[in-house]
Amino acid sequence: MGDDKYKIQKIDAYRWRIPREGKMRVDGIIYADEHMMQEIQKDESLQQVINVSYLPGIVSHSLGMPDIHWGYGFPIGGVAAFDMDEGIVSPGGVGYDINCGVRLLKTGLRRIEISNKLETLVNTLFANIPSGVGSHRKDLKLSQQEARNVLKNGAQWAISQGYGNKEDLEHIEEKGCISGANPDVVSDKAIQRGLAQLGTLGSGNHFVEVGYVSEVYNEQVARVLGLEKDGITIVVHTGSRGLGYQVCDDFIRVMIDASRKYNIELPDRQLCCAPINSPEGKEYLAAMACAANYAFANRQMITHWVRESFERALHVSPKESRISTVYDVCHNIAKFEEHIVDGQKKRLCVHRKGATRAFPPNHPDTPDVYKAVGQPVLIPGDMGRCSYVLVGTEKAYSDTFGSTCHGAGRVMSRNQAMKIAKGRSIAQELKEKGILVRADSRATLDEELPEAYKDVTEVVDIVEHAGISKKVAQLKPMCVIKG
Amino acid sequence: MPKYTIIDHTADIGIDVFGDTLQDLFSNAGFALFDIITDLSTVECKVKHSLNIIGVDKEQLLVNWLSELLFLHDVKNLLFKNFCVNQLSDYQLNADVSGEVFDEKRHIIKTEVKAVTYHNLSIIQKDQQWKTRIIFDL
Repeated sequence: MGDDKYKIQKIDAYRWRIPREGKMRVDGIIYADEHMMQEIQKDESLQQVINVSYLPGIVSHSLGMPDIHWGYGFPIGGVAAFDMDEGIVSPGGVGYDINCGVRLLKTGLRRIEISNKLETLVNTLFANIPSGVGSHRKDLKLSQQEARNVLKNGAQWAISQGYGNKEDLEHIEEKGCISGANPDVVSDKAIQRGLAQLGTLGSGNHFVEVGYVSEVYNEQVARVLGLEKDGITIVVHTGSRGLGYQVCDDFIRVMIDASRKYNIELPDRQLCCAPINSPEGKEYLAAMACAANYAFANRQMITHWVRESFERALHVSPKESRISTVYDVCHNIAKFEEHIVDGQKKRLCVHRKGATRAFPPNHPDTPDVYKAVGQPVLIPGDMGRCSYVLVGTEKAYSDTFGSTCHGAGRVMSRNQAMKIAKGRSIAQELKEKGILVRADSRATLDEELPEAYKDVTEVVDIVEHAGISKKVAQLKPMCVIKG
Repeated sequence: MPKYTIIDHTADIGIDVFGDTLQDLFSNAGFALFDIITDLSTVECKVKHSLNIIGVDKEQLLVNWLSELLFLHDVKNLLFKNFCVNQLSDYQLNADVSGEVFDEKRHIIKTEVKAVTYHNLSIIQKDQQWKTRIIFDL
């Protein structure tokens, strides 16, 4: 690689090292092929991988997944694990949209059964699932007390209120509730933002997408996951809405002071942090868990409205539609996990910002039904191409703290995307490809046009070739709602 | 000199904000935020809010100011158009802002801004001009 801005060494066809130097505490390691590495160097994301390696208590390496792109503070597509005694926790290492994540639903329906009813289906979904500013379900009013229950219990709260069934819970990361959530450390401001937005999709890259299994790469694993060719699937992508943004914002303020208090030198203020065991660190983790639980509840409620919409639009009973959760993953989160470091089992605080957990078969946290095949990983692509279902591997567990990519990753700024989309109708272009789209604003569609993203297939092929995930199936979109 | 310009940032949105005075800079940053969120030509000044913001330095004050506006936008569905910064020091700001409640019949949301980040944030004064670069999380 002929760039002298960073000292980059090629490890193998899919891994690159930025060797430790200066204030770096560990090496940076990037998962990418030659072509993608060139793309990655166009923005500031490698500097961000280096910046993360400066942080106290970082273990092994500062990682970049192939969908890495320029974030703020931590790169998007970054993974870093910290020692429990010497390490830090950083709200910027999780991001504003705490537990932004993806849920995959499978159905008992086939592509042919819904292809002539897509228009009704997409309109029903769009009417039923609130998305943008000021939109909320008229039938949903939360008291302050109820909001605390959402924060403590996550998807379990949603199910206790009739949004879905107990089986859903078995198929969610952490069973839809991260422990240690303490609503007392969540600000009134965050709760106010949360009350108004529970059960809403939000805009930007958030969506609900109905699609079908277009390709099966691994029959045996696909069977365990309940995916078969031409089966209808639904992908829900959203997070913790204003509540999560406010929690992050509140704690960045706390952490700026804490960094000073604990003498932590920061290359960028957005990386502000506190020792995991400090009062500030513990409080952040308790608030983060609340926001994560809110996001689990949010995806659970949207799942319920997806089920309702299918019944209403297609005139099918729940028994016919058989919509069930395959899995639900977080891709902005900090978690306590056990990993092997230099041959020793160690408890670490793993930050995944724009990265997905990818635990191997037989891991205690892999749900029982998937113990034989590994934890499902859901990788949404852009609106026009496809998404992927993968499973985690032993190699991910040993090399990347059980992590993999999270999506396509942008290549184009929103500004560039808007310029390119000018004079075009993205909705019409997608319609010609057989994909119906409904969005609150035209701007969202323009910003999210397919060319603005890396080709998700390239991203997924890299994680598969590098051995940190295994491809199971490809999903193609049929209709999409966006905020 | 424009109030602000948009810079290319892959995932989110960045702006360079300018002002003849520090007050102007803060007021223009507020304008930029809502100019990104909506079409301000459709917004009228019907509701007024008086804000007192504190921070440990100019940069944090700027983030706190914009975050407060974003909070009011989020919980009260307000769109702000006018930003009058009355008093400003390195640690404190007093401002009157006005705008109106979002009405889906008349207003559009161009972009949902999630948060105001501190990423590489610094406020500088050069050649009688104040300037800052802010990255918004979208």
